[in-house]
Amino acid sequence: MSSWPSPPPYSLVGKHGVSPVTSHDDRARFNFLAQLNTHLATNVVPANARAYELKVKPEFEKEHGRAPRDRHEVRRAMLKNSLFQTWSALRRSSMELRQQNGREVVLRQIADLNQRAAALNADSPKLKLDPKFVVPPYIAKVDFHCMPGGYIDELAADDVSAAANYDVGIFATTAGGLGRLNDGAGHALAGWLKKNAPELKPKRILDLGCGMGHSLLPVAQAFPEAEVIAIDVAAPLLRFAHARAKSLDVNNITFIQANAEQVPEPDGSFDLVFTTMFLHETSNTAIKRIINETHRLLRPGGLCLHLEQPQFEGLPPFEQFMRDWDALYNNEPFWTRMHEMDLEALMEAVGFQREKMFVSGAQAVVDETIFGKQKEDVEDYGRKASWHVFGVRK
Amino acid sequence: MSVQAPLDYIPLTGAKPRGKRPYFFDDPAVERVLAITMAVAQEVAVLRERLDTVERLLEKHGGLTRAEIDAYEPDQASATERAEWSRMYIARVLRIVQQEIEALNASPDNNYDLDAKADELGRT
Ligand SMILES: C[S@@+](CC[C@H](N)C(=O)[O-])C[C@H]1O[C@@H](n2cnc3c(N)ncnc32)[C@H](O)[C@@H]1O
Repeated sequence: MSSWPSPPPYSLVGKHGVSPVTSHDDRARFNFLAQLNTHLATNVVPANARAYELKVKPEFEKEHGRAPRDRHEVRRAMLKNSLFQTWSALRRSSMELRQQNGREVVLRQIADLNQRAAALNADSPKLKLDPKFVVPPYIAKVDFHCMPGGYIDELAADDVSAAANYDVGIFATTAGGLGRLNDGAGHALAGWLKKNAPELKPKRILDLGCGMGHSLLPVAQAFPEAEVIAIDVAAPLLRFAHARAKSLDVNNITFIQANAEQVPEPDGSFDLVFTTMFLHETSNTAIKRIINETHRLLRPGGLCLHLEQPQFEGLPPFEQFMRDWDALYNNEPFWTRMHEMDLEALMEAVGFQREKMFVSGAQAVVDETIFGKQKEDVEDYGRKASWHVFGVRK
Repeated sequence: MSVQAPLDYIPLTGAKPRGKRPYFFDDPAVERVLAITMAVAQEVAVLRERLDTVERLLEKHGGLTRAEIDAYEPDQASATERAEWSRMYIARVLRIVQQEIEALNASPDNNYDLDAKADELGRT
């Protein structure tokens, strides 16, 4: 049986109403980066562990009479290792190339893209932006994953360029691991709900930190009767998310510009509250308030789910150190801080009961005829398209 | 801040993100050369993919337009060949990294000092 290569060609990435037009060379650039990242994850990443075991750790032990105690000691030693230096410089370089390529595609046609978004968004009651909204400093002041301008900078009126850049390049960073519409996490979540909570027929669903709605749409589609509220702080992302959803004919979502620390919805008004890849991009102080909001907003018996990479607790120092890479070198300042928090204690502190908490796994669900299955044995430390589901029932 | 149209997007594409850039090599000049080399490497891949498209279209039609090139989407078999080319290409560019990894994993007998080995083998 013939199949598409892995990673597949960029031309198979799905299109929607606010996809930028890509040229042959744009697609070739993303193909190159997907191949490069696959090569690094498959052939170079594992060698870091070898270098550590064979060289770095024995040298440390010789000098200190003991093994490194924590990820900081591992890092100080590994930063002097030339293989780690080379891999890190290549990975950083690949992120920077990805940003430049994405911005090239998007900014070249910014006026047209913004017009297309505006046409899809015009007078929609399902997009609620607040011109007076104050973006919290932990989002306003950080260029997450090296995106110049972060999520919120606007280069023109009604700008969607930050979102369009994010969307057009996810393929390169994940090497297609999230599927045609980069919605593999959403399909995973929808599948998880059908399997693990079949009795839940949610009437109202809330997504906190919805971004461009990549992970949200499959959930909204799985419950077409439900009213879905999606909130985010970034206007460019919300404009893009609404336009994208509309063009894909998903019409049961209302996108609201608001802070997840203070959601403008009544107590007990949701059956399901969830977040995907969200908690790691908020400050520690905000997370506490957000967990408190999830408790306030859920009805008794309602379900709250967070999709994230595993917490650091219990992982060996070397693995923690590798998982810390994006935090230190790819502008994810809250990544490690969040992964070190005791989420269960936080949930308990706001009134959830420990017996009703659980952690389970979820893997990206993608069209396997095209995007193949994630290789189980390739560990890219925080970049893999599989997650933990941290859940609790109220 | 709003920028007046038309936007000169080229300098914006490479804008520096906030936050101090990490440098991994002892000498930042090495990092600089690597970053430049990887951009060139990317562009060689782009050229090669474009040429591949031209060749395939020429073979099919005996003539072509630039619009056709831009609209070209590979079928499964072509995508597989191109992906194989890419894999080889990246392996070629990053050969030194592969060899350093192999050296790391190799037995001492594989990493011998040539001069010492010549002394040893000279006696055989
Ligand atoms: C990595 S993105 C994840 C997007 C989306 N959930 C997904 O799975 O594709 C994190 C998002 O969280 C948003 N965000 C961060 N802090 C927030 C807050 N306090 N309130 C609402 N949104 C927030 C950011 O603007 C960004 O869009």
